This record gives sequence, structure tokens and C-alpha cells, in this order.
Amino acid sequence: MALVDVKTEITGNIWKIVAAPGSRLEEDEQILIMESMKMEIPVSAPESGVVVEILVAEGDTVTEGTVVARIEA
Amino acid sequence: MSGLGPIRRVLVANRGEIALRVFRTCKALGLETAAVYSDADAEAAHVQAADRAVHIGPAAARESYLVADKVLAAAREAGADAIHPGYGFLSENAAFAEAVAAAGLVWVGPRAEVIRAMGDKQRARDLAEQAGVPVVPGSRRFAEGDTEGLAAEAERVGYPLLVKAAAGGGGIGMRRVDAPATLADTVWATQSMAAKAFGDGAVFLERFVPKARHVEIQVFGYGDGTAVHLFERDCSLQRRFQKVIEESPAPGLPEPVRAAMAEAALRLARAVRYEGAGTVEFIVDAESFAFFFLEMNTRIQVEHAVTEMITGRDLVAMQLELAAGQPGRLAQEAIAAKGHAIECRLYAENPAKMFMPSPGPLRIFRAPEAARDLRIDSGYREGDLVTPFYDPMLAKVIAWGPDRTAARRRAADALRAFAVEGIATNREFLLACLSDEAFASGDVHTGFIDSRRAQLLATGDKP
Repeated sequence: MALVDVKTEITGNIWKIVAAPGSRLEEDEQILIMESMKMEIPVSAPESGVVVEILVAEGDTVTEGTVVARIEA
Repeated sequence: MSGLGPIRRVLVANRGEIALRVFRTCKALGLETAAVYSDADAEAAHVQAADRAVHIGPAAARESYLVADKVLAAAREAGADAIHPGYGFLSENAAFAEAVAAAGLVWVGPRAEVIRAMGDKQRARDLAEQAGVPVVPGSRRFAEGDTEGLAAEAERVGYPLLVKAAAGGGGIGMRRVDAPATLADTVWATQSMAAKAFGDGAVFLERFVPKARHVEIQVFGYGDGTAVHLFERDCSLQRRFQKVIEESPAPGLPEPVRAAMAEAALRLARAVRYEGAGTVEFIVDAESFAFFFLEMNTRIQVEHAVTEMITGRDLVAMQLELAAGQPGRLAQEAIAAKGHAIECRLYAENPAKMFMPSPGPLRIFRAPEAARDLRIDSGYREGDLVTPFYDPMLAKVIAWGPDRTAARRRAADALRAFAVEGIATNREFLLACLSDEAFASGDVHTGFIDSRRAQLLATGDKP
């Protein structure tokens, strides 16, 4: 079991958190949706696993490369 | 006392380059200016340029620039007697237009009922049809299991066509048919898929334009059933349905087609007694030049500067004068186009990452110097922070030349001279588009960027 950091690829705001800690996700399943410059951009699980923690809240502004969640893969 | 009829002070319910653009004309007309701003824009250029500025709330547009009551309260606080909405935000919100008038302020735009009618796709299509403007041919609805008269309807619509689920949208539940042989099977399959996916198996047929151009006509109506046009703009180069490069005249558009489109746009503007600046958008078949009504935008467009460059007219001044009840009525014959203008939208985005937005600090932001043949409209300055809250447009680079080749070269020179550092932009990508052989030959269509993206990214700028 490995802990995987989920990072954002863009700078923007956290619009909606879709997955709750403890939930099991398949690879590419959405964890949260960001909003940047009038675009909605999903952040998805890089591999399948269980969400250990979500490190941001809706409304937060994050920069590119920020770790927003951790998954136990 | 300075002013324009009942207007002395204009509040622009917008931000960035369009707010600055409207202020520029206000100042030229002797009008005072008022800005609104969110938390994110407290230091923005448009705030500093205005005579007065009113804070209207948090950074998120839905809590500031999109809140009609806050904008109206700001207008009262600033002592404004007119509101110019710019584009986007509340500009096509009929209820806002009504509220502005109800508050005793001058609304710089068309009547609310026209905004409302054009905002409803079906209603706009009906109005266009009634005015004799061609719309994309479509069929009646065929409920699940119903194929009565299908072949004849398909012939009337014309091939290639799309079978569309009536309850679908955004490209879901759409199938293309190129010839009669596969029509019945495709309709049956789409009906059964739609019944499962949407709980409604009804479908209809619509003509498909495989290689389409986006060409729009700039109109200006006087509210009494008279209107003039200020020629067309070709806005075919798009990514994610957003325009990237616009130009006028539309390259290679035959003169009779251009004239017919302008006449069609005027018929619609006259029919709805359109008031002020508006744009009638058409989809044009790049092979046959058949054109069909898409929608009408009831506001100033981002790309209005292209029209201003070739006509020498100030569309914002025309808007303000009409709103003040002092239209300098133009005769159609008095409006002439000269040369060619191209606008490139410099975006904060990364073309290599599927045009993902790239907000951040503008460490270096130095635009080339404006000239008679070069206009730079921007709401940003060096050192500004480009936030993720609003659209990604950093600047509009609008170049003029006696012909298309000259305008294209002038635009490229300007982009090469435009220094931007700190964030990713589409500058190189724009340069690649401008120097692309197909673009240079005028072979533009709405699939241009999608189909050539890899090649454009690889070649970059070819001076």
C-alpha cells in the first residue's frame, strides 16, 4: 500500500469536492472540480485507491502543483 | 456643463479591457466615468482610470459583477446616470436592463424585450425565419418508432445531416448520416438510445455543415425599424468554442454572399426594431457558402475593434449617442471599409496543455507601441496578478493593413514585440496560426485549430 499525492495541474479555485475521505475510487474518477478562468477542470485519482484525506476546502484558491488530496493506492 | 443629453456620468458594469475601452470614448465625449470592482480588482487598471470607483463585493463574479442589485447600488453611489454593460457579465440580462431603466438610469443597449427574445434560442430562430433570414434546415420531431415520411424530410433537410435526440444536448445523442442508405437504421438506433438515456425517444434531423466558418455581421439599429451594417467579421479560428483570431473582411467570401448576409442581418435588426450595436452570427458552409443564422448578440462584441479599424467608426460612441437620444444617424452609403484588420486574442493559457488556463503574476508585460495601424486593448499592466476568477484574455492585438497579407504581418510583428513573462500564454501559438500556410491562404474554418493543433504547436513562429 502506498500513499499517493494528488496534485492540481493548474492554478484556480476549488469549486466542488466530489469524493469524501474513505471512499474508494477507480483510476481517473473525480475527486474534486476546480474552476479557473471560467473553465471547470476536474482533478481525478491518478490510480485507484481509497481517499485518505482531502487537504482543501471549497472556495480555496490553490496554485499549480498543490497537493489537494491523498489516496491509499 | 459637459455631457451628452441626459448623460453626464457613465458607470461601466464590467472590468478589464472593455471597461477601459468604454472609458476612453466617454472621456472623448466629455463624459465622466465610474467603475465597479471586486476584491480581486481593487488595484486594477480600470479602477484607477475611472473618475469614481465603487467596490461591489468578493472576487467571485457571481458575488460581484453578476449581482444586478450591487451594480445598481454602485451606480447610485457613484452618481452615474447611465450604465454601459460591456460584454459578458450582465450585458445580455434582460431583467438587469429593465432594472436599470426602472431605477431611472439610461441603459446603453437594446430594449429588454429584444435581449430576452434573442436569448431564447428557439424564439431567436423563429424571429430570424419570420424576417426571411436562412436558418439551419431542420425536420419535424419523430417520436420513438415513428418514421412516417422520414426519407422525404431528410431530402428536404439535405445531406449530410445529423440525427439529434430532442432531449439531448452538448453533442450527446447526435449521429451523422451522409446518405439515404443509412438513414432509417441511424434514426431507429438514435431513438432507442435516446429513450434509454433521456426517457424520451424523440429525434429530429438537422443539416450538418462539415466544414463551417463563423461569420458575423455588425449591425447598428436606431430603435425605429431602421438599421445599418458595418460589414462582417470572420471569427472561424476558435478553441473550446472561444474565438482566438478575428478579421475583416472575411477572406475569400464572394461579394454576393457578403451582401446577402448583410442584407439578412439588417432584415432581422429592422424586424425587431433593434437599438444600438448588435451582432448577427452565421454559420457559413466553407465549400458552398450557404449561410445560416446562428444567434444574435445584443451587446458590443469583444472583436468590435476589428470593425472600428476598417471603418474608422467608434461603435461605443455610437452606442452612447443613441442612448442619450442624440444619434448621429449614419446612412449606409456613408459607411465604408478600408483595408484589412486582424485581431489576435492574447490569452493566459497553455496551448501545449490543451489550452488550460494559466493565472499568475505578469512579471513582464510590455505591449508594443500603438500606432495608426496597431491597436492594443488590455486591462493589464506589468506587475499585475492575473487571477483565476475571470476570463483569460490578457490583451487584444488588432492590426491593420492595406490588404490581408499586410495586416497578418503587422499582427505577427506586434506579437513578436509583445513581451510577456511570468505565466504561460498563447503568444507563440497565435504566431504559428498567423504564419500557417492554410491560414495565410484564407482556408479558415471552425475546425482549423483542433485539426492542426499538433502541427501548430510543433512549428511555432515562422517569421
